[in-house]
Amino acid sequence: MAKEESWIEAFPAMERGDLRELRKAVDSGFREFSADFGPYIEAAFDPLLTFLIWSEKLLLNTPWFIVLAALAAICWYGSKNIKVVIGVIVSFMLIGYFGMWENTMRTLSMILVCTTLSIAFGMPLGILMAMSNKAQAIVTPILDVMQTMPSFVYLIPVVMLLGIGKVPGLIAVVIYAIPPLIRLTNLGIRLVDKEVLEASDAFGASKRQKLFGVQIPLALPNIMAGVNQTIMMALAMVVVASMIGVKGLGQPVLKAINNQQFFLGVMNGLAIVALAIIFDRVTQAYGLRIQKHRNKAH
Amino acid sequence: MSDPIKISIRNLYKIFGKNPKSVLHHVENGLSKPDLLEKHKHVLGLQNINLDIEARHIHVIMGLSGSGKSTLIRHFNRLIEPTAGEILIDGQDVMKLNEEELREFRRHNISMVFQKFGLLPHRTVMDNVGYGLAIQGIKGDELKERSQKWIDRVGLTGFEKHYPTQLSGGMQQRVGLARALATDCEILLMDEAFSALDPLIRTDMQTILLDLQKDLHKTIVFITHDLDEALRIGDRITILRDGAIIQDGGPQDIVMRPADDYIREFIRDINRGRVVQIGSIMAEKGSAETSGEPILVSRNLEDALPMVSASPTNAIAVVDDNGQEIGVVTSKDIMSGMERPAVAERAVKFM
Ligand SMILES: Nc1ncnc2c1ncn2[C@@H]1O[C@H](COP(=O)(O)OP(=O)(O)O)[C@@H](O)[C@H]1O
Ligand SMILES: [Mg+2]
Repeated sequence: MAKEESWIEAFPAMERGDLRELRKAVDSGFREFSADFGPYIEAAFDPLLTFLIWSEKLLLNTPWFIVLAALAAICWYGSKNIKVVIGVIVSFMLIGYFGMWENTMRTLSMILVCTTLSIAFGMPLGILMAMSNKAQAIVTPILDVMQTMPSFVYLIPVVMLLGIGKVPGLIAVVIYAIPPLIRLTNLGIRLVDKEVLEASDAFGASKRQKLFGVQIPLALPNIMAGVNQTIMMALAMVVVASMIGVKGLGQPVLKAINNQQFFLGVMNGLAIVALAIIFDRVTQAYGLRIQKHRNKAH
Repeated sequence: MSDPIKISIRNLYKIFGKNPKSVLHHVENGLSKPDLLEKHKHVLGLQNINLDIEARHIHVIMGLSGSGKSTLIRHFNRLIEPTAGEILIDGQDVMKLNEEELREFRRHNISMVFQKFGLLPHRTVMDNVGYGLAIQGIKGDELKERSQKWIDRVGLTGFEKHYPTQLSGGMQQRVGLARALATDCEILLMDEAFSALDPLIRTDMQTILLDLQKDLHKTIVFITHDLDEALRIGDRITILRDGAIIQDGGPQDIVMRPADDYIREFIRDINRGRVVQIGSIMAEKGSAETSGEPILVSRNLEDALPMVSASPTNAIAVVDDNGQEIGVVTSKDIMSGMERPAVAERAVKFM
């Protein structure tokens, strides 16, 4: 009788002792796993580290005016819009003038590597999802979890496995930023005009010819929208990533929070915003440009 | 006169749904399309199609929307797999081709023009026309020359660097036509290729097609829901309803001897004076006293009327291409030719 009342009053939760045991078992299991395999996993990520360091050095060791000229050229190629290019030059001049050049280069390098990785893994996965409903059914809930799980939670196992540093930071950023690229690649390919695909089949195109000649090119505007969102999300993670040792504009912001330095925080924050606006304008302008001939006029 | 059979369809059935094979026997036993949908939740696409398509002619397949035209034409290059039946092209069973052989067959033997053009929006006119050739692995100058030849042929010279969206519908479909012709396939499938175009442009495109066909002599399967178009370009016309063939014959057969009320309804509004040929209504040679100019058998009623009126006996001789007299036509024959076959009133109302 008494027992029955108790489960009405309080949720019949697991015994505290049992819960503690479970927690211990999982945590120690994972700790053992990371002690045993951590070094191998770290070694597996070595090429990534090399790539990261190389791109950072490249940006830091190149004279600033050459970097600026290269950025301006890339923006011009991407957007074909002189206003965007002038905006980029002015922003970077200001960033340099306020002493944030080096950190900006570090963040830029991190974003570039992260975007490259996201494209390298995200596009094939998105294509796979578009080709197979089964793959889509499996991957979609994983993406949902990746996007809604607070990033601090998956920082824990990453840090346990790989410690603090550039690579774990990068992995955390990629996990956070890759879902929109995967989703939009999948969507873009699924939305390709059925009649164009049918025409491609009717002329005897192989799967490869269809993928590279029709599906990817026609999905490109959507894929570019995915790249744009991925970059924006990666930039949003800059401060969080700095907590586990990613150098760049995030670190001064973190320091500013801890030491209550308003000016430092605002300046570095503005530099991140400037980067975001630049990436956004350039990728969007590029996306629009490749779409120019594609909008069905009738 | 008669050419060999290029495409031959035998006992073809197509059922859409979860498990088409399991309901096939119901359809073979005569279950109707609405009953199949209601009782077994499957859509009847095609039933018991038997069709021969002569080489080097334009064969029109006609029917209302949903009658199975697109489904049928997509069996010829196996864009759709049949539920049962045989598809023979040049005597070879297309169903026996494996994936690789099927691709080769589509690259070299059969090409297609689509209702909404199906062009690649990110490629220029030049690259679109060369698409089939590029898939075959043809590159460089040969690709360019062969594409250019067909661009010129369909009258798009000067538009090579344009993108499809920069062109009008009629011009886009010329690109589609040039792309299909560029691969030099003997068979050309056209699924409502001109239906999306304005009437004047449509007539232009028909003229282009007929002109090209005079030199090319392709085996063309042309789908339309427009009887005027069918009569203008078809050497032979097959009419589909609910996935079944209800009449298959020459244009004059369809107009003079419609198989049922569905077809009578179809031909109700055509201009019989232009469509019906003298050969379809002439009387036996010597059955009336003729005078005046003779008329060619393939001319139409409209042409014959003034000639018969001018004849003192109201009857003129009919001659064939060699000038041989083969019949007689009187003003009475012309009048009855103009009259459209009666449609049973009830049938019309519930059509
Ligand atoms: N993939 C499909 N699944 C189910 N039903 C289909 C499919 N394709 C066509 N149908 C049905 O088959 C019939 C014939 O369609 P279709 O060949 O497109 O007709 P048409 O081209 O003559 O307008 C229609 O009833 C249509 O709804
Ligand atoms: Mg159709």
